[in-house]
Amino acid sequence: MQATATETKTVVRCEGVEKSFGQGQAKVQVLRGTNFEAHAGEMTFLVGPSGCGKTTLISILGGILTRDAGVVEVLGRSLPDVSRKQMADFRLAHFGFIFQQFNLLPALTARENASIPLVARGESTKAAEAAADDLLVKLGLDGHTRKMSSQLSGGQQQRVAIARALVHRPDVLICDEPTASLDAASGHTVLELLRDLAVEGDRAVIVVTHDSRIFEFADAMHHMADGVVERTERPND
Amino acid sequence: MWTVALRMLIGDRTKCVALVLGVGFSTLLICQQVSIFFGLLGRASSVVNDVREADLWVMDPSVKTIDVPFPLRDTELGRVRGVEGVAWAVPFFKSQAQVRTRGGDLENAIILGIDDASLVGVPDQFLLGSIDDLTRPDAIAVNPAGYRLLFPGDEPSVGKTIELNDRRAQIVAIVDASPAFAANLTIYTRYDLATGFTNNGRNDLSFILAKAAPGADPAEVTARIAERTGLKAVTSAQFRWESILYILQNTGIPVSFGTVVLLGVIIGIAIVGLTFNQFVIENIKQYAALKAIGIRNLRLLWMTLFQATFVGSIGYALGLAAAAVFFSPWVAQQSDALRGFYLLPGVAVGTGIAAAFIVVASTLVSMRRVLIVDPATVFRG
Repeated sequence: MQATATETKTVVRCEGVEKSFGQGQAKVQVLRGTNFEAHAGEMTFLVGPSGCGKTTLISILGGILTRDAGVVEVLGRSLPDVSRKQMADFRLAHFGFIFQQFNLLPALTARENASIPLVARGESTKAAEAAADDLLVKLGLDGHTRKMSSQLSGGQQQRVAIARALVHRPDVLICDEPTASLDAASGHTVLELLRDLAVEGDRAVIVVTHDSRIFEFADAMHHMADGVVERTERPND
Repeated sequence: MWTVALRMLIGDRTKCVALVLGVGFSTLLICQQVSIFFGLLGRASSVVNDVREADLWVMDPSVKTIDVPFPLRDTELGRVRGVEGVAWAVPFFKSQAQVRTRGGDLENAIILGIDDASLVGVPDQFLLGSIDDLTRPDAIAVNPAGYRLLFPGDEPSVGKTIELNDRRAQIVAIVDASPAFAANLTIYTRYDLATGFTNNGRNDLSFILAKAAPGADPAEVTARIAERTGLKAVTSAQFRWESILYILQNTGIPVSFGTVVLLGVIIGIAIVGLTFNQFVIENIKQYAALKAIGIRNLRLLWMTLFQATFVGSIGYALGLAAAAVFFSPWVAQQSDALRGFYLLPGVAVGTGIAAAFIVVASTLVSMRRVLIVDPATVFRG
């Protein structure tokens, strides 16, 4: 049973976040003072139509983009105060990312792809690949760990991407349209795996999607439109 | 992350091979051309190099190279011998003549006339015969390449005769002379025979070879000779360099070889740069993903430089090996045209620096895309 929002730790919080692109007449206001929260042990969905600002918001939450105004806190730390170089280290230490297009390195095997964050953090290749192997087996890729990522199906590649995002035990997992490149069955399986493996005590999982077939997995659902979160639902409450 | 970088590179075999071949081709081109260039410069001074006994060369003041002598009066020899600090001085004749080969072709030959009495001026390595054989009537010594020109297919031997300007000459020795710049056939003979072979006129003395007396400074002796005789006197080292300088200043060789070397560098940069650029473009999403995960630009730069070093090292090794084969003694034995050309250690090192420049310059240009790519692009589908 999932804990309610009031009982769980807030891992990600933003308040009044604004972001625009371009200048002068070409300036486009993408985020218009939006608020957002993601809690530990929960799967938080960010949903809305294309162009509403979902991608921009998760880019800011993930420390990849900087906001123009507003508060952005992750694990109690204000991201705008973190330097660019420190931000890369902060992402490596605390974030896991699952991308819509997987973005695996095609020349690397599944285990090598999955071990990248650990290797980047300085772990030995052997230890990193052992950890990656464990995770890949849990994700149902036993027997595929030494295959090149280009030899895997879309669903299998997404599982490798999940392993890569979780192998270093991040505090925040950001999933960008994780089912967009998958069929319905594979997408459902991926969300089940995420719920089983990713949702843990101290970890917040943020899923950006407009795939209504997977809404059932949400503990909290933020509906976005025109650059702001209009309403938040907690289906399990 | 070195393993990741390496696997990324090797995973794209076509580009990996193209990169290695690009560097390898440039290395071979640069190595070969620079070595031939230095070999040609060496040939320009080969006659000077082969005269081991003398350390001073005296000549007409207008002479700038061993290959273009201007005749001196025979009386100058006595004047040079009379200069303080000169241990001995002997005449040295240099000219060119046409020699008819067994097949009927005319070959250009360098005729070198050495002092009849002392026989100073001949290289010290005799492959067949000996220096004393040059005292025999009509005796000449030829270099191995020259012998093969005169008698194609024949095993080297002494005793054969040739015609030099309608005069009979007998090969009594084969001498290991350094390959010369102006001709492949070099003929050593006594001074009086050499002047007879060429019929240049009354004044036949091309150079005077001299030796500084023990304890005398050769540079001071040359200055003294110049002062007393009005002739030009230089040390062997100076004359060697002057002969090389003459080639550099009066022929198109430096421009020609320099252009090819420059083309080697440009082609290398073009092949390596374009291939690396294509490699980066095709992997840009993956680079963006790595940046999003938290890998810094500097680390990606090191990864790419490692990739470049890897292909650069292999390409350089292959190119150097190909150049080494080209200049190997075995190949030189097959072709007299390649004798005297060597892969010098300095050229190998210099080419290595050029290869490093090629891969680093290409990498840095290609890496610009990686450094500026916005990691947020991975969220844009």
